[in-house]
Amino acid sequence: MYELIIIGGGPAGMTAAVYAARKKLNTLLLSYDIGGQGLTTWLVENYMGYQFIEGRELMQKFDEQVKQFPTDVKVEVSRRAERLSRVDGGFEVRADSGETYQAKAVILATGKRPRQLNVPGEKELLGRGVTYCAICDGPLFADVKVAVIGGGNSALEAVDDMVKIADHVYLVSLTPLTGDQILIDKAKSANNLTIFLEYEVLEINGESRVEGIKIRDLQSKQEKELDVGGVFVEIGLIPNSDLVKELVTLNRLAEVEVNCGNETGAPGFFAAGDVTSVPDKQIVIAAGEGAKAALQAHRYLQRLSK
Amino acid sequence: MAREVKIYTTPTCPYCKMAKKFLDDNGVKYQELDIGKDKTAREEMKTKYNSLTVPTICFDSEVLVGFNEAELRKKLGL
Repeated sequence: MYELIIIGGGPAGMTAAVYAARKKLNTLLLSYDIGGQGLTTWLVENYMGYQFIEGRELMQKFDEQVKQFPTDVKVEVSRRAERLSRVDGGFEVRADSGETYQAKAVILATGKRPRQLNVPGEKELLGRGVTYCAICDGPLFADVKVAVIGGGNSALEAVDDMVKIADHVYLVSLTPLTGDQILIDKAKSANNLTIFLEYEVLEINGESRVEGIKIRDLQSKQEKELDVGGVFVEIGLIPNSDLVKELVTLNRLAEVEVNCGNETGAPGFFAAGDVTSVPDKQIVIAAGEGAKAALQAHRYLQRLSK
Repeated sequence: MAREVKIYTTPTCPYCKMAKKFLDDNGVKYQELDIGKDKTAREEMKTKYNSLTVPTICFDSEVLVGFNEAELRKKLGL
């Protein structure tokens, strides 16, 4: 049995691993990837010590720092934790590979993932016109009509990128635009943009590729079909907290409720980073929270052994 | 026998960079096609592989869409 299992290999999980190693805790870091959301951040300009650094490069440096402690921290990558349950003396984590791991304490640092629309056609046409990564796939839609779904900063940034590339951009938002005014003004100045506010997406159509979407006015209930070859879904993020929804309390955003010591309602079970109720999702904050969670877990383990 | 590997990318795509780093680290030789610049490659990726997302990684006749380290290992026999 390990002393500590950290689930998640983003900024929070990796920082927790370094702190756990320095306390000589026998630790397992279990993660699908190394870097988490840090990998998909293009340029980071607010992580202290670097004026600017690519997210991917910063995560590589985190990884190297974890690897300084090979005897204390075992790292298992490409494993998604599927189930977390209590067992005698601690917790058991089952990975999608079927393997199980046990520990006296657990830190959940699983971050967030892009929110999906949950409409017909979205899953079926993923990678065939439906995308959650505008900076990745934007250039593929040169001279095509596309729809950007969402009203926040990431949607407006996608609009700003796509008006330069695509033939025409439709921005479809459930709410009035909520992004920064500077981005709203920039987007609105494009002459190949049409904005549909307070419209919902009903379905994404197409056989082997996206051919169009159906949207509906929330007020008048009138439906419209838009011919588009691409759909950029930019409607925010949801916490990866499904694993623990029966074990601890989640808030209305499905984030794990933690106190200032990263404790949850379940003794021995801690959480850190974007998956938690701590406000503001930033790499520097996630890293700090990971450190706090590991120190708190160490205190918990010391109490256990007394 | 080593498989012929082709990877379609865009310059701003972080998953493309991860995939290339993985291939480099494992000494896999590959041909990179930047579909932001190369219109022919863009059309080829769309029509031949029916993919509208990067990275699209091709091995002879097989294709892998997105970066998934476990799948990539399997395909390359690493």
